[in-house]
Amino acid sequence: MTLMEEATTTTSAGEQKHLMLRLYVAGQAPNSRRAHDNLMNICREYFDGNCQVEVVDVFASPQQALDDGIVITPTLVKVAPNPRVRIVGDLSATEKVVLTLGGRMKRK
Amino acid sequence: MDDVTHRLKKARTGIEGLDQMTGGGLPRGRTTLIVGAPGAGKTVFSLQTLVNGARQCNEPGIFVAFEEQADHIRANAAAFGWDLPALEEEKLFFLDARIPIDTVHSGEFDIGGILAGVEARAQKMGARRVVFDAVDVLLAMLDDARTERREIYRLHEWLQSHDLTGIITAKRSEQGHLLPERYDFLQFMADCVISLEHTRHELVSQRYLNVAKYRGSDFVEKQSPMLIGPGGIHVAGPDPMRMDHRIFDERISSGVARLDQMLDGGYYRGSNVLLTGAPGTAKSTLAGAFAAAACRRGERVLYVSFDEAAPEIVRNLASVNVLLQPHLDAGLLRMHSAFAGFQSTEGHMMELERLIDEHQPRCMVIDPFSALLKAGQQYNASEMGQRLLHRGKAQGITTLSTSLLEDDPRQTPSTEMQVSTVADTWIHLSYEAQGGEQNRALQVIKSRGTAHSNQIRELVLSDTGVTLRDVYTVGGEVLMGTLRWQKEEEERREAQRAERELQRRRRELELAEAEVEARMRMLQRQLQAQRAELEQLAAEEEMRQEQRQTHSDKVREMRQGATPTSDGEPN
Repeated sequence: MTLMEEATTTTSAGEQKHLMLRLYVAGQAPNSRRAHDNLMNICREYFDGNCQVEVVDVFASPQQALDDGIVITPTLVKVAPNPRVRIVGDLSATEKVVLTLGGRMKRK
Repeated sequence: MDDVTHRLKKARTGIEGLDQMTGGGLPRGRTTLIVGAPGAGKTVFSLQTLVNGARQCNEPGIFVAFEEQADHIRANAAAFGWDLPALEEEKLFFLDARIPIDTVHSGEFDIGGILAGVEARAQKMGARRVVFDAVDVLLAMLDDARTERREIYRLHEWLQSHDLTGIITAKRSEQGHLLPERYDFLQFMADCVISLEHTRHELVSQRYLNVAKYRGSDFVEKQSPMLIGPGGIHVAGPDPMRMDHRIFDERISSGVARLDQMLDGGYYRGSNVLLTGAPGTAKSTLAGAFAAAACRRGERVLYVSFDEAAPEIVRNLASVNVLLQPHLDAGLLRMHSAFAGFQSTEGHMMELERLIDEHQPRCMVIDPFSALLKAGQQYNASEMGQRLLHRGKAQGITTLSTSLLEDDPRQTPSTEMQVSTVADTWIHLSYEAQGGEQNRALQVIKSRGTAHSNQIRELVLSDTGVTLRDVYTVGGEVLMGTLRWQKEEEERREAQRAERELQRRRRELELAEAEVEARMRMLQRQLQAQRAELEQLAAEEEMRQEQRQTHSDKVREMRQGATPTSDGEPN
């Protein structure tokens, strides 16, 4: 079961930096919930909401988790654009996440 | 390890020596920690346990690899001859849990992900065993000690709640302690801790397995040599108690008929035979004869040489008509050559134990045994030697060992002497130099349970075979070879001469007798003659007397006539 959330807001410059992200969570574990919340915040604040986030629950879809090589939860995978990156953890180190995802630390 | 009260259930590893040491294997449903330096064999060990569990105990298993690629692991397994593809259908599953190196951390995380995956798989397979290989790599990703501890306990509890036998491997620290300090908790958490070590001593390396901890019963830390052989890990296991020996009444041939006679039929089956002697005294020849005789009886034989390569041995023995090649070809005889310096004593010993397990011999030759008597790195010399002999006895293997011994054994105390106390039969070979010649001598110094002759016999090697010849004693001296022949010749001539002499003396005696008789007759005649003479004289004297009387009467008559009257008047 996956959740597709799309927050679309066009930037003032009309640029669309569309991120495709997949967040693997371990059910309702605290880490995972925090990660989800943090991710949503980051998307809104640093990427103008230009993120497509797919959430995969490893307990619900263990086979997919295995196939995708997910060992640690929560794990965030940037599927697109290249390069593919992985970030593990509850995403509380905001700066790291933003920079890793290719964004900038300027708030909008 | 027999703990009656707790009845700790154990999961067999299939590694014989280890299962013996632990009294049945690893603690079932609990966590075992394997610690070792890189290359110590942690991955092989855990995989072997999984494979054996699947094959021998019908317990499917999952291998979670944090460091190595699944393909590499499969390739290693194939090299050991473990048929992984067949098992991977249902009994074995590899999970690649490597975390990409470019993974970024941000904040707290846990291993829920992997556990979910393993859980699903475990349920599907009915897995009973799980390996988490190289957890230290996982831990390295975690930021602080608290998190590390938490996650490992999560793992531990997860294993317990699913009643899975878990094996965790971790790299040992470079320093003295088993693990880096922050991982000490791993040891405390685990119910069983096994460390794999690899020491180097004077260019020779040796591996050891140490069961450092085993919770749940009275336990004493145990260590044992181990090797990684062609079939996987092999652990030496505890020294079989002497009480386990099987006793046989049967005698088996030594390969030399006359020697069998000397020993009341041969060597006792299951006994230890020691052949000592200086170099070149034909110890290996006798050993070969023993091996050949056993093969002719259809028994499997293991011939271990620390001196020569197998083809050389076969060729040398063939020259004295001891033929081993046919038995090699038939697979009854297995020959193994090793060079003493290349491995530690423990390594050699383990190699032999492995060969015994593979070949299952009834008879064994170790030539020379002294190669095993150097002190090992952890065990002293006689322990190693005795251990192997005990093992042989426990399995009913008749073992013949050769040992270099230059001097008369009764005069030389040495390490070999300790082995001689374990030996049931002790035969000493020597050279006797006499009259410019060297001959081989054989002597039975000791033979338990047999009345044996103390005599020295001459050992003769020829192209028709090996035999013993009776010894020749003369004036307290033992003679052999040409000297013997010479002496025999001499004796023969001497006997002839004595015979002739006897006859001569007889004749002489007869002559003497005849002579004496003749003389006696002559003397008797003389005597008779004298008697006759005497009689004659006596008779003559008598006659003379008579004549005188008659004469006197006559004279009177003639003068008278008067015969004197009674009145006495003269006319």
